Amino acid sequence: MKKNFDVIIIGSGPGGLAAAINAKKHGAADVLIIERDLELGGILLQCIHNGFGVEIFNKDMPGPSYAQHFIEESLGLGVQIMLDTMVLDITADLKVTAISKHTGLIDLQARAIVLAMGCRERTRSQILLPGTRPAGVYTAGTAQRWVNIEGYMPGKRFVILGSGDIGMIMARRLMLEGAKVERVLEIMPYLTGLTRNYVQCLMDYDITLQKSRTVKNILGVNRVEGIETVAVDEKWNHIKGSEEIIPCDTLLLSVGLIPENELSKKVCVALDPITGGPIVDDRFMTSVPGIFAAGNVVHVYDLVDWVTEAGFVAGRGAALYAQRSAEEKVSKIPLKAGEAIRYVVPQFINPDSLRTETIRLQMRVSTPIEERVRLTVEDDQNNVLAKKAEPYARPGEIITMEVKQDAFDAVQKAAFLKVNVSKR
Amino acid sequence: MKEYDIIIIGGGVVGCMTARFLSQYQLDILLIEKEADIGSATSSANSAVMHAGYDALPGTLKAKTNAISSPLWDQISRELGFDFSRCGDYVVAVSDEQLETLQKLKQQGIDNGIKEISLITAKQMREHEPMISENVTGALYVPSGGILDTFAVTVAAAENAVMNGVDLLLETPFLDFTMDGKKIVGVHTPKGDFKGRWVINAAGLYADEVMHKANVQPEFYIRPRRGEYVILDKVDYNLSRQTVLFPTPTDKGKGILVASTLHGNTLIGPNSNFVETKNDKTFTKEGFDEIWEGALKLIPNLNRRHIIASFSGLRAHGNAPCLTPGVDYISDFIIEIAEGVEGLINLAGIESPGLTSSPGIALMVIDLLKEAGESLTPKANWNPIRPARPVFRHLSTVERKALVDKDPHYGRVICRCETVTEGEILAEIHAPIPATTYDAIKRRTWTGTGRCQGGFDMPRVVKILSDELNLPPEKITKKGSDSPFLYRRTKDLEKVES
Repeated sequence: MKKNFDVIIIGSGPGGLAAAINAKKHGAADVLIIERDLELGGILLQCIHNGFGVEIFNKDMPGPSYAQHFIEESLGLGVQIMLDTMVLDITADLKVTAISKHTGLIDLQARAIVLAMGCRERTRSQILLPGTRPAGVYTAGTAQRWVNIEGYMPGKRFVILGSGDIGMIMARRLMLEGAKVERVLEIMPYLTGLTRNYVQCLMDYDITLQKSRTVKNILGVNRVEGIETVAVDEKWNHIKGSEEIIPCDTLLLSVGLIPENELSKKVCVALDPITGGPIVDDRFMTSVPGIFAAGNVVHVYDLVDWVTEAGFVAGRGAALYAQRSAEEKVSKIPLKAGEAIRYVVPQFINPDSLRTETIRLQMRVSTPIEERVRLTVEDDQNNVLAKKAEPYARPGEIITMEVKQDAFDAVQKAAFLKVNVSKR
Repeated sequence: MKEYDIIIIGGGVVGCMTARFLSQYQLDILLIEKEADIGSATSSANSAVMHAGYDALPGTLKAKTNAISSPLWDQISRELGFDFSRCGDYVVAVSDEQLETLQKLKQQGIDNGIKEISLITAKQMREHEPMISENVTGALYVPSGGILDTFAVTVAAAENAVMNGVDLLLETPFLDFTMDGKKIVGVHTPKGDFKGRWVINAAGLYADEVMHKANVQPEFYIRPRRGEYVILDKVDYNLSRQTVLFPTPTDKGKGILVASTLHGNTLIGPNSNFVETKNDKTFTKEGFDEIWEGALKLIPNLNRRHIIASFSGLRAHGNAPCLTPGVDYISDFIIEIAEGVEGLINLAGIESPGLTSSPGIALMVIDLLKEAGESLTPKANWNPIRPARPVFRHLSTVERKALVDKDPHYGRVICRCETVTEGEILAEIHAPIPATTYDAIKRRTWTGTGRCQGGFDMPRVVKILSDELNLPPEKITKKGSDSPFLYRRTKDLEKVES
């Protein structure tokens, strides 16, 4: 079996597939995707709802169809794959240790690696949800796998905690399968998922969303028997007297996604404490030379299309890195999040990139601003290098900005760049 | 119908360890457990500490069994093939007043027979654990203290018992005794009546109710005392070395500890609050605040973002007085041949240090039976060894390669966070005591205990259980009947409720 590859990609979700395709297109001869599941496509395979591809294909597709497009393209380009295989370790000298039933334990050598492990769901313990530990408390994604992949219903009457997109999409899916969705609860005073999902998944199905409300207790010893809910103030303190017990047999959690970086930590890739993902430059290279990161492993995107686009960038970067003749000397400019900006990706930019292309920045604000806002990218002298106006800014919706090629001179001279948001 | 010499009620660590020690004799033994797996109640949710033995008041059965047991764990862990670390423990003082308490505790430890026990300075404590609170004034250091894997101990003991001929019935609750006058002749269960000459009551939280069925000790009651815990992600947080850190004890008990687990995580807890019912394992917001505040007094740099699991357990807190003359103590263990009936041994009120004391309790049961005239003839073919099964994540690369070459199922990782393989799960499903529920798989293999808490593996484990047990997925449960994961197939319109 072949042991040496130009680019090894860990994960075959939209980020990994795009990285593989673009690595091939940019001259990497041997490109390998390692996927732990039985098929390529990652979580897209269980996302049988539509809403994918609008940005890239100008077409509204279900997840598996969207994935299939990139699966076929990558296979057509000669990308090699290992399925049902788990990567156990990676090293700074770009060795990959993986294991499967079919191959046993194997060591591979890459010239560049793309981390595309995606993200995982926050669990009940991570939000310190009180109560007993009966069957019937699942993350929305686990329930989605059961319903859409395995073909089983994990409950009859549901309460969903969290107005994240997966939770709302599952609410609709469960209704279509004949279950009852009693309530969607959101601890924040605002929706955390996309507005379109609220309209299409909750409003259209008469599912009640209660904001500023959370789970006070999970009832039941063997299986969930009910959920006690409570209203909260802006500091999430429970408001006495507002309790309500909702009889149900299942609690689904849609309370946030966390980039999956256990492998990254093993190889000491520097992580951003806010995003939970690697600190990357505009080519999506991490702090470890030759290790790139693509998609939700970096920060959690709103749209799969953007994950794909990030994967293209990372795959190109990895291919070029794998083919480089000598160590290139680069000076990277830090990109900081200003006040009211929660985070911005990338965290560093190579001014050289601006010689040939614009650089895309993606960011989230810290709290909702429900009026017209102005976003700017400024240098350390407060010179505005890029700007954008938005009708509003919400934490649940990523804002994309571009730094254009004409900013090259200013960026090159800057000690750092900073993204700011202000009301207009 | 088979007549047992001994029927043991309760498959917690006390019942299983007793079964294991008794299995060396020519006795027909039946162990009954009401849950779908052994070690599901108190034995599944505790601090997993092997107590050195300085806590209990000298003269109590708690002190006696702890002292007998503590030196035994090295041998037992080797024989039964589970991990054990005698990493030592510390009782940390954060005021001068607490230092005085430590002096007394040290003397108590010496009285209980601990040879190595010493007071160390704040500076020494800081050298052992640099992250300790700057308020530390000193500590009691006991090198013989250690940590166990409470799940592994119970399973290994039960499995060794079964290997040596003990019959085990799961999901078999005790309902009543069958009596012949004052003589107990068996037990009544939903699975039928079983005849036995002796019944050993190791019913944990329910030991009072069991003895009351025989009209024994009507004044004895168990009040469940809940302890809440959280676990930190081992990738994000580790103590400087494997250790157990207790605060200085108060009237309320041993206090909130910060300890390493044998799985590499950090454990924080427990508090101690009475609850009304014997199945109220609720984890509460107030309880969390209490244990977190307690832990911060020892280790101030803890971060709640590192929490990956929360749980609570119930202690079988009894009201039995210590029977040693001159020792004024309530809530001692009961280890006795019951008076007023024939054929009943009570092992009751077994709270901390019950896990530690379980081998000593088993040895005391042997003595009680001998005193009662049982001949207890050793079995010629008794095998004290329960071979450990491979744990993939603990193996070296070379060992992993060899294992996967031998059995490819060890090449398929089912739990990504804890790196548990299909081979390990299959081994438990086909073990001498088959794991048939998700929680049984979890406790034995550590599947689903990591940062995603089963989010990834749960559907996969349900599928494996379904395939191996030849049951539809709807019949696979978390912890026995009434805890299914799934209700019906999708598109199954007949089962949709209107």
